[in-house]
This record gives sequence, C-alpha cells and structure tokens, in this order.
Amino acid sequence: MSTAEDLLAEESRMIQSEKAATILYVDGVSVTFDGFRALNNLSFYVEPGELRAIIGPNGAGKTTMMDIITGKTRPDSGDVLFKSDVDLTKLDEADIANLGIGRKFQKPTVFESHTVFDNLLLACSGGRGVFQALFHRLANREKQRIEETLATIRLGDLRDMMAANLSHGQKQWLEIGMLLMQEPQLLLVDEPVAGMTDSETEQTAILLRDIAKTRSVVVVEHDMEFVRDLDCKVTVLHEGSVLAEGRLDSVQKDPRVIEVYLGR
Amino acid sequence: MTDYRQKYKMTPVLGWLLQDRGGMILLGILLLGCIVIPIGNLVVPAGSAFHVPTWMLGLLGKYLCYALLALSVDLIWGFCGILSLGHGAFFALGGYAMGMYLMRQIGDRGVYGDPVLPDFMVFLNWKELPWYWYGFDHFSFAVLMAMLVPGILAFVFGFLAFRSRVTGVYLSIITQAMTYALLLAFFRNDMGFGGNNGLTDFKDILGFDLQSDQTRCVLVVASAVMLGICYVVSRGITQSRLGKVLIAIRDAESRVRFTGYRVEYYKLFVFTVSAVMAGIAGALYVPQIGIINPGEFAPAASIEVVIWVAVGGRGTLYGAVLGAFIVNYAKTFFTGVMPDFWLFFLGGLFIAVTLFLPKGVIGAIPAFAGAGAVGASGTSGGWRDRLAAWRGNQGGKA
Ligand SMILES: Nc1ncnc2c1ncn2[C@@H]1O[C@H](COP(=O)(O)OP(=O)(O)OP(=O)(O)O)[C@@H](O)[C@H]1O
Ligand SMILES: [Mg+2]
Repeated sequence: MSTAEDLLAEESRMIQSEKAATILYVDGVSVTFDGFRALNNLSFYVEPGELRAIIGPNGAGKTTMMDIITGKTRPDSGDVLFKSDVDLTKLDEADIANLGIGRKFQKPTVFESHTVFDNLLLACSGGRGVFQALFHRLANREKQRIEETLATIRLGDLRDMMAANLSHGQKQWLEIGMLLMQEPQLLLVDEPVAGMTDSETEQTAILLRDIAKTRSVVVVEHDMEFVRDLDCKVTVLHEGSVLAEGRLDSVQKDPRVIEVYLGR
Repeated sequence: MTDYRQKYKMTPVLGWLLQDRGGMILLGILLLGCIVIPIGNLVVPAGSAFHVPTWMLGLLGKYLCYALLALSVDLIWGFCGILSLGHGAFFALGGYAMGMYLMRQIGDRGVYGDPVLPDFMVFLNWKELPWYWYGFDHFSFAVLMAMLVPGILAFVFGFLAFRSRVTGVYLSIITQAMTYALLLAFFRNDMGFGGNNGLTDFKDILGFDLQSDQTRCVLVVASAVMLGICYVVSRGITQSRLGKVLIAIRDAESRVRFTGYRVEYYKLFVFTVSAVMAGIAGALYVPQIGIINPGEFAPAASIEVVIWVAVGGRGTLYGAVLGAFIVNYAKTFFTGVMPDFWLFFLGGLFIAVTLFLPKGVIGAIPAFAGAGAVGASGTSGGWRDRLAAWRGNQGGKA
C-alpha cells in the first residue's frame, strides 16, 4: 500500500542526488509543435565524463531534445540544467555554446566556402566579440591546437581544401573537429556516422570514446553496430519520452523496445 | 603547411592587398584616373583628342559614387548574405545631409534673397530655420551627419531586425518598406527637406564654384579616393577573422550560433559600416549632380543597385564596382538612344546574368573565375556549362 509512495520518495531522493552530480540534467521536459507533442515529459541525466548513446525510431524526438539543450527550441515545461546549476532554458545558442556545450548537427554542417583550416580556426575557443574578430591575429597556441585537431580528425593533408569539396564522411569528421576546437565539456553528437563507410564508422567510435575520456558525450545514432562499439549506457527514446535505459544488450531484450522497433 | 605559415606571418595589410589581383587593378585604375582626368580636363586643350570634357567629369563622378554604393551592398550581400533592397535610403540620407550644407551655402543668393532660409522655406512662409537644419552651415558637420545619420538608422534598423532574426526575403522586404516610408516622408513639404523638388540650385562648396571645372575635377578625384579607401577598408574587413565569420554566417548561420558567435552583432557591424559607406557615396554624389530629391528613396532605385552587383559579380568587391560602371554606362547609352527600352534591357540583363553568369561578369573572366566568395557552395558550373545545358534544352524542344 505504501509502496507507491515509498517508490516516489525514493525516486525523488535519487533525482536529488543525481542532480548534484550531473553535467546535464533534463527533467520533465515537454514541447509541442502545433499540437504535436515531440517531447513528452522527457527526463534523463548525464554524469560528468559519461559517454551516452541515445537511440530511438525516426521522429522519436532525439533531435528535438538536442534543440532544447542547445537553446534552439524552448520547452513548454520542464528543467534543463547544465552542471546542476545553470538553467539552459533561459539562454540562447551562443551563450550555451560558450558555456561549453558543443553540438554536431544531424546533417553535417561546416562552413563550405572556407578551407578545412579556417573551419577549425573559426571554431577555436576564445574571443567571440566583433572587434576581437576584426583585429584577430593567429596566435601560435591557436595554430598548434588546430594542428593537433587536424591530426586527430585525420584531415591534415586536406587543410587547404574547401570544405565544400570534402566527402560526406570527411565533413562529419571536420564538424567533430570543430566541436573539439570549442573545448566543450559536453558534446552532443547527432548521427555522426550517417554516410560513413564501415571503416570510417569504426574509427569514429574509437574517436568518440577517446573524446569521452576527458568530457561528457551524448551520441544519437541509428547504427546499432556503432552503438555497440561505443560500449556505453544506452537510452531509448520513443514518442518523446524515455522507453528504456541500460546496456545495449539488456535494452535490446526489452520487449517494449522490440515492439517499438519491429512494430514499424 | 609552410604556405599557411607564410600567409599568416606576412604583414597582414600587405599580404591581403598583394594577393588581391582584382583589387590591385582597381586601385591602379583609380590612381591613374586621379592623375589623368584632371590633366585631361584642365591642361589638355579642348580641341585635343585627349581632352576630357566637362560633361564627362559629371558622368565619371556619378559612376564613381554609384560604384561606392554598389561596393557597400556587396559587402553585406556578397559576404554576409544580407540582401538589402533599401540601400538607396542610406545613399539618399547622405545626399540630403550634403544637400543641406549646399543649400545653406547659397546664403542670400537665392531667389528670395533670405540670408538664412532656403528658398523653399521662404516659399512655404516659414519664419525660422527648423532646429534640424542647425549646424549644416558647417561643412564638417554636414560630412559627419552624412555618415552618422545613415549609420544610426542602419544600427537601429539592424538591431531590431537582426535581434528578431529576420532573414532572407523577409529582411529584403522590410528594407524596401524602410526606403519606401522615407520616400513618402521626404515627399512631404512640412518635413522641411524641400518636398518633391528636393534640394537644388546649389552655388558653391567650401567657397568654390560648383560649376567650375577645377571644383568638378576635385570632386571626381575625391570620389575616386573615397572609393579606393572604402575598397581597402572592405577588403580588410572581409579578410579578417570577422570577415570569415561573415561568410560563415552567409553559408550556415545556425552553425555559427552554435559555435558561440553572436550572429546579430556581426550582422549589425557590417550592416552599419555598409550604410555609412552608402551615405558617403550619397554625399559625394549630390554636389556633382546638383540635386537631391525623394526619388533617390524609390524602392526601384535600391533594387537597381543589387542588379549592378549581380552583374559585376557578387562577393568580390571589385566586381560590384565593375558592375556599377557597366550597367550605368549602358543606362546612359540607352536612355540617350532609346529611352523606352532601358527597363526591358535592365530586366533582360538581370535574367541573363542570373541564368548564365551566376558569378557575374567577373566570374566569366577566366583569370578571376575562382575569385567570387559565392562559388564554392553556391550553384556550381561555369556559364559555358549552363549555356550548353540551356542550348541542349532548346534543341530538345525544337
Ligand atoms: N520545428 C518543428 N515544427 C514542427 N514539428 C517538428 C519540429 N521539429 C521536430 N518536429 C517533429 O517532432 C518529431 C520529432 O522530431 P525529431 O527531429 O526530434 O526526431 P528524431 O528522433 O531526431 O528523428 P530522426 O531519427 O528521423 O532524426 C517529428 O515528428 C518531427 O516532425
Ligand atoms: Mg534527428
């Protein structure tokens, strides 16, 4: 009889303690587009240094969730906290980016008329002011960081190539490189391996796991092989809320998850 | 790799000037013009084949001012994707500021001989000068206002528009609305700017007779020098990191936001700088043309400027200058020979350029083909391909 209340109390205690230690705290978030509920009381938490995969069928609300976290879309209700105290729902995209949250778009988005090098230069953390940019001179430290990133994303030989001429997979990597240049504490990566070859996909998994050693990473992906390679906790979204959470193996055995994926 | 080292260690100004072939050519021509035109007009005797007649001074001065206006539009459109269809308003405001100075220079030489009030105010039975005409008897004040007024209007307008994230076609439409609203306002006699007649019958500038060849030569040279300075400033802006951010905004605005840049501030900066340049162009235009009236605010006038830029080649700066010269020379020619055809010609030109020369005349010159900042991500394929494709289509239909 009292079990329900106990459970509730227990849950709220857990939430309190989780909130204290989270880098990202999403709680009870709902958002509606023209009467359509894209997110429905969505709650999940990411710990510092955690790598988290998010899966879910098309239209589950994965991209919308990222829009909410990065300030592109405002939630109708719910809390979104960064490092348990910064309310992200009050800030805009630039503020949130400068707080240390980087985002890779579902469709790779790089600056096409700029070279690979300049793409990284523009993403390089540091002065974002108009006049700082006007009088900016490339510092050695910045150049060194760009070189490091070029090596990490393996585009060193293409540094002078226009980003427009890169392959789809290379653009994905360049965008990840741009995120790294921002030195974020939390990376949100939307479908990073779409359009990649198998070996590129493997490399990307290694890269993201490497990145997650020093920061928190949230990856949205459809490719199950890739998610398996990430070897991390998985959150399944469905119709705007969390359907299941856990290791990939256990999640894949969950009958509700099977139904959602096979039901289509 | 070494390439980049050198590129970034070189004195920046020298670096980006020397790498800019089109710009060097433009600056060279302007410099040459500054020497040759006054000599040709003032020194070479009238009978000689090398004499530059006075009417040509007027034309060249006008083209130079239009070129500066086109440059200012290319700075925002070519590099930041802001398609302003109201830049004629900033040009006209700069022109009115200079016109007010020239009116006050007339002094008691007007038809009514009032030492302070311009003729149209006497005609309207006004007894004293409106407060906003104060100070315009000083040349330096008028010059300052020719830059400040367009600059402040652009700043306020841009602040509201960019903060609300008005972009694309919507922005273009409200810039049209802005210039149209000003057109209507300046038409009104009680605004105190001469109503639909505008400001005219100027006598002299800084005490020099506006009709004299010497003064006209100085004005042409001043226009060329200002065009050169504004070119170098624009080039400096576009080559800086700020310029790279502008191009990034043009190509992927939301990516720029998520990278942590305040897109609206960047747009506001370049929009304001551009409006100030347009104002300067207007201020140089009015003493050479001898009149400023509300017609300069006409929405169609602003659209024409965009056509100049498209014809010359968007995103190159010097392409805009070339486009302004080409189209305005054609306009001078057509309105002389067959005035009824000018608008058809202009429309046809715009369509032809959009279809066959997406990078403008500059993009069709092989040596400059890669120069445009637009090409990389825009619709690719040279004009030859397009022409071939178009011919193919025609053949298919036949
Ligand atoms: N701005 C918007 N206006 C209206 N509907 C929207 C908007 N953004 C998203 N939606 C809708 O919300 C739902 C969730 O979309 P979302 O892009 O978040 O899904 P997703 O999980 O990322 O899917 P996918 O795997 O296809 O990328 C979809 O049905 C989509 O049509
Ligand atoms: Mg998505």
